Amino acid sequence: MLLNIKDLHVSIKGKEILKGFNLGVNKGEVHAIMGPNGTGKSTLAAAITGREGYDITSGGIEYKGKVINDLEADERANMGIFLSFQYPVEIPGVSMTNFIRTAVNAQREYKGLKPMPASEFLKKMEEKKNLVEIHSKLTKRSVNEGFSGGEKKKNEIFQMAMLEPSLAILDETDSGLDIDALKVVAKGVNSLRSEENGFVVITHYQRLLDYIVPDFVHVMYDGRIVKSGGKGLALELEEKGYDWIKEQFDN
Amino acid sequence: MPKKTENILQDNILEYYRENESVLNSGLLDSAKNIKEEAFSFLTNNKLPDNKDEKWRNTDLSSIYSQKLTLDCQAEKYDKSIDEIFVCEVHGFESLKFSMLNGWFYSPDNEKIKVFENGLVVGSMIEAQKQFPEIFEKYFNSVIEENRHGLIAANSLLANDGLFVYVPDNLVVDDSVQLIKMLNREENLFVNSRNLIILGKNSKLSFLHCDDSINHSPGFLNTVTEIVVCENAHLHLNKLQNLNDSTSMVNSTFINQYENSNITVNVITYNGGLIRNELKVNMLGQGSHADLNGIYLMDKSQHIDNQVFVNHAVPNCSSSELFKGVLDNRSSGVFNGYIFVGRNAQNTSAFQQNNNILMSSDAKIDTQPFLEIYADDVKCSHGATVGQLDTEALFYMKQRGIGDSDARLLLMFAFTAEVTSKINIEALRLSIEDMIKKRLRGELSICDKCVLHCSVPDMPPEFDIDLSKI
Repeated sequence: MLLNIKDLHVSIKGKEILKGFNLGVNKGEVHAIMGPNGTGKSTLAAAITGREGYDITSGGIEYKGKVINDLEADERANMGIFLSFQYPVEIPGVSMTNFIRTAVNAQREYKGLKPMPASEFLKKMEEKKNLVEIHSKLTKRSVNEGFSGGEKKKNEIFQMAMLEPSLAILDETDSGLDIDALKVVAKGVNSLRSEENGFVVITHYQRLLDYIVPDFVHVMYDGRIVKSGGKGLALELEEKGYDWIKEQFDN
Repeated sequence: MPKKTENILQDNILEYYRENESVLNSGLLDSAKNIKEEAFSFLTNNKLPDNKDEKWRNTDLSSIYSQKLTLDCQAEKYDKSIDEIFVCEVHGFESLKFSMLNGWFYSPDNEKIKVFENGLVVGSMIEAQKQFPEIFEKYFNSVIEENRHGLIAANSLLANDGLFVYVPDNLVVDDSVQLIKMLNREENLFVNSRNLIILGKNSKLSFLHCDDSINHSPGFLNTVTEIVVCENAHLHLNKLQNLNDSTSMVNSTFINQYENSNITVNVITYNGGLIRNELKVNMLGQGSHADLNGIYLMDKSQHIDNQVFVNHAVPNCSSSELFKGVLDNRSSGVFNGYIFVGRNAQNTSAFQQNNNILMSSDAKIDTQPFLEIYADDVKCSHGATVGQLDTEALFYMKQRGIGDSDARLLLMFAFTAEVTSKINIEALRLSIEDMIKKRLRGELSICDKCVLHCSVPDMPPEFDIDLSKI
């Protein structure tokens, strides 16, 4: 199993957010995590990727058969875990090209590979830019600085394409996107789907799942998964909203 | 009970001058002797600046004043070639190199002043008085403000030598003139040196001023540089400061700018026990522009103080200041940016920015903008920030696989890039960026050969920054 989360409890500053979360993701699978605001979806992404300040109080995250609870964020990234940020961070003064090149080579070094030759890197970058329809020169632009909302999300998928992760977590990738940008992002994601990698797609709305079709849909509420099903579950949620789930579990 | 630190330096200075007056005054022009006399009387009646003075509140020199410092009234004899002490090669950077050793102009072939074919004059201040008395008398001591402090007076009293640069009217000097100042004595030396740089009308000069320690002995450098930038002249001045942790320096630079002149000053402080840079620019001619920038990278218990004063005395001038610093461990810093806009100085633009990153909770910065504006048609702004590295950006980088130390380095480097991008000689900029990278990695304390550290090949980069594109 690629990702196996067992009875995960996570607290932020002493407040428990995830309360016994379980999820298994196999290679080749796309899992959608849906749910109302404030149920812990982004906390889940933070816990898997090793963000500071998210304390795992019990349970465990197993990735490729190894418990990664205590690993640094960069090591998890180097093992092939990628997060497409809900709010990509602007880094003035660091050019996009150098940033992604540093990241690609850091991951190669972790695998014992030599840095990617410049010509190969530039070719790959051009190819992946086209995939997500980024037309501007990234050389002169600082990471996410002055990018529009749509460009920032495309840039996340571009980075994913460059880094070729085994497990990609897309956190609200559809938020703030118009329908054209959404299609581009989805096309990018779909082209990266393979039998070798898995996706966890966190989303509030069903809309994204029209384009990135999941194998499984899970509904999260109050820090755990309360309902799982196939892609039909997303349509049901779209139709009925989240209130019936809330009612079912609040009582 | 702690012993009260005494100021023995001031008495030492006066006593030393009285004892060595004849040697210090020999060969001087009468005007230069008069300046020494004035300085002597100033110092007899005024104390050296200390932290009871408002402008010195956060920079404490009392430990220097309480030391017995060694003074030299004559240059020592050296028979070594300068290259045996010091090598400076920056790949791709051509410069006309001149050296000063322990405060004295140093030339292995004893050529004390050089007159180039195009008319450029560079050499010792002592020799300049003899060979170019008219130019010397016209400008020497003319740029220094009236309300000078005790250390400026001490410099006037004790400094005999320094670098003299004269660029005649209409001359564009293609190569940079580089001054390499070295301190290499075992004693705790008090070095006073005085430089005079004159750019004639329509001339252009790029000047690189390097201050280096080449051993670990303590010392106190008190440097005064007067610069005159005549009508329509362009000056690009880069100062590189790389002193050891037990050396202190007070570096005062006074610049007078005339009509349509343009200056860029970049002060890059890599290392030093205590460094205070006073940069005073008088804009005396309309249509002038001054671009003043600095980077300081301090750690351990180092102290940096940048005092920048821009005097907009006439209309239609612009000035811009950008100073950025990274302070680690217990280091401390001061930035004081004073912009004065006189009553007549309409249509002035003056901008000022000071940004700091504190790497530890013990590091300290005291930043103070000070704007005094008497004209009504002006655009002025100032801003100061003190912060830590952006944790969101750090996580973002780490999530892509970049290790913690590389991510920090990349962020700090990006922080300084805004200033280094203003260095217009590419080979020099690349070399300075390389030094900054090393300094931020902690590989550089003082460089063993040259401030530009080029004789030592670069370590394989831990991260792959293409410096030309960052």
